[in-house]
Amino acid sequence: MEQPEQNVVTQTEPQTELPRAAALQDTRPSDVPDSPGASVFDAKNVSCYYGSFRAVTDVSLTIYQNEITAFIGPSGCGKTTVLRTLNRMNDLIPGAHVEGDVHYRGESLYAKDVSPIAVRRRIGMVFQKPNPFPKSIYDNVAYGPRINGQRNKGELDEIVEKSLRGAALWDEVKDRLKNSGLSLSGGQAQRLCIARTLAVEPDVVLMDEPCSALDPIATGAIEDLMREIKQRYTIVIVTHNMQQATRVSDRTAFYSVLRNEESDTRTGVLVEYGRTQQIFGDPQDTRTQAYVTGRMG
Amino acid sequence: MTATAVSGQAPDLREPKGWRSTKNRIMTVLMVTSFVLVIIPLGFVLFTVIAKGASIISWQFLTGSPIPPNVLPAGIGGMWPAILGTIEITALATVMAVPLGILGAIYLNEYGGKGWLAALIGFMSDVMTGVPSIVMGLFIFSIWVLHFGYSGLAGAFALGCLMLPVVIRSSYEMLRLVPDSLREGAYALGATKARVTVTVVLPAAIGGIVSGSLLAVARAAGETAPLLFTILTVTEANTNVFSGANTSLPSQIFSNASQPYTGAQDRGWGAALTLIVICFVLMIVARFVTARFTRYSR
Repeated sequence: MEQPEQNVVTQTEPQTELPRAAALQDTRPSDVPDSPGASVFDAKNVSCYYGSFRAVTDVSLTIYQNEITAFIGPSGCGKTTVLRTLNRMNDLIPGAHVEGDVHYRGESLYAKDVSPIAVRRRIGMVFQKPNPFPKSIYDNVAYGPRINGQRNKGELDEIVEKSLRGAALWDEVKDRLKNSGLSLSGGQAQRLCIARTLAVEPDVVLMDEPCSALDPIATGAIEDLMREIKQRYTIVIVTHNMQQATRVSDRTAFYSVLRNEESDTRTGVLVEYGRTQQIFGDPQDTRTQAYVTGRMG
Repeated sequence: MTATAVSGQAPDLREPKGWRSTKNRIMTVLMVTSFVLVIIPLGFVLFTVIAKGASIISWQFLTGSPIPPNVLPAGIGGMWPAILGTIEITALATVMAVPLGILGAIYLNEYGGKGWLAALIGFMSDVMTGVPSIVMGLFIFSIWVLHFGYSGLAGAFALGCLMLPVVIRSSYEMLRLVPDSLREGAYALGATKARVTVTVVLPAAIGGIVSGSLLAVARAAGETAPLLFTILTVTEANTNVFSGANTSLPSQIFSNASQPYTGAQDRGWGAALTLIVICFVLMIVARFVTARFTRYSR
């Protein structure tokens, strides 16, 4: 189930030999094969609760390796909640719990003996608001490798440079690695957070509206970055920006809010999931159609 | 206002006449007045202590020993036993109270959550803040001094008990200010809770924790009441903080200043100035330490 060697492929030598990666190399959204390779996440009838409040009901979807999967939908539809169940970040919220099955590469994520720590080391996350630690740029990126036991200065230097290059930030900060991570601009700080996530060489990168606080130029830089790194990682992104979903994602999941008139409660549901081209070009559900054409939401 | 714009006349951009600017002026005057009122007592205290104490301070006063009997003039002996006692006892109290207080605050904010134990500890710590210092002295007197005798250690217990709730409260407030997004960022990299606390939360809050703790230390260094019952007040230097009666600057200020002899009164002023300077130095150190620890927070 665990194949960490797939994650250490360097940019200079893309491992086209890898059977899973081979079918998916450099695929633009329109080129996504209908029967893709390995599934990374398999969610079956997942419902998420905060206390007794059911935030999301009955979500089932499969997320594939080396693809960018976008979650779109109006506010309060549970996109972020579903994203956070994928690396057990919701465990940190008191009262939050999950029903149903979430499988990650065949293993149940919510099995009793699964450590959320081990899960998060493989499944990294980039947050809506850039959250660099109040440490130097270097220490920000070296944080993950250090908690994994990497103490060797030379190795750390190499990881930091590689990760910052991977996040397209190296040229801007290479002369001031000792400066505070908080001294960076919003877009740089977000790329620093991406570099920090890449430094632990995760299998999957979850992104929760990573560009919502950024200007179009910084957004463009991060989208380029996503297209580049998807050759080595699997990416799931929550976005409010439908253009962004069409620009970067291979598959799109549209969520919506279901109102229960009797009990006056709202809960998120997965309305439609498919290839991005199909969701935006030929939506099967009227709600999806209304949303992607801008008539609702 | 919009009507004028619509009608084609030039908009009136001047400050509207009326209450607002008057209110502004009144509030400014009030604020400056209260600032001055607050500064006056501080200025008087500093001025008086420096005026009366500065001439007493000398190398011999700071390092000489023993503290002479009250009837003798200020030129004889020195305050060294009290300076040494204050440093010993405060340092020991700090070693006991600050780590315990910070650990308590970490428990309250990071681990206790909404549990009953955390609520109880938080409540008890707040109650402890309200215990008068002399009661704390009596408490240590009854549970420790009656069995083991007077010592610097007993004084440190009393001061430590006074510092503990202050350290807990100030550290807790600092930890609460650390945004959850930082914790989440570290968790998302696969850090354990202990590691998140030690490598992200504590460093982010350390500036405030250090300055809060040093404030508590400076406050404890100036306490008299709890020491009266716990260290006695002797005139000889006692380098062993763990046994035997001791003395401290506040105790000496108290015993000397309440005498009719001018020599004793002069010594009291000198001791007061010495204590102020020690606390002042602590404050400056606190500033530097805070600046050093928070250099990445800006």
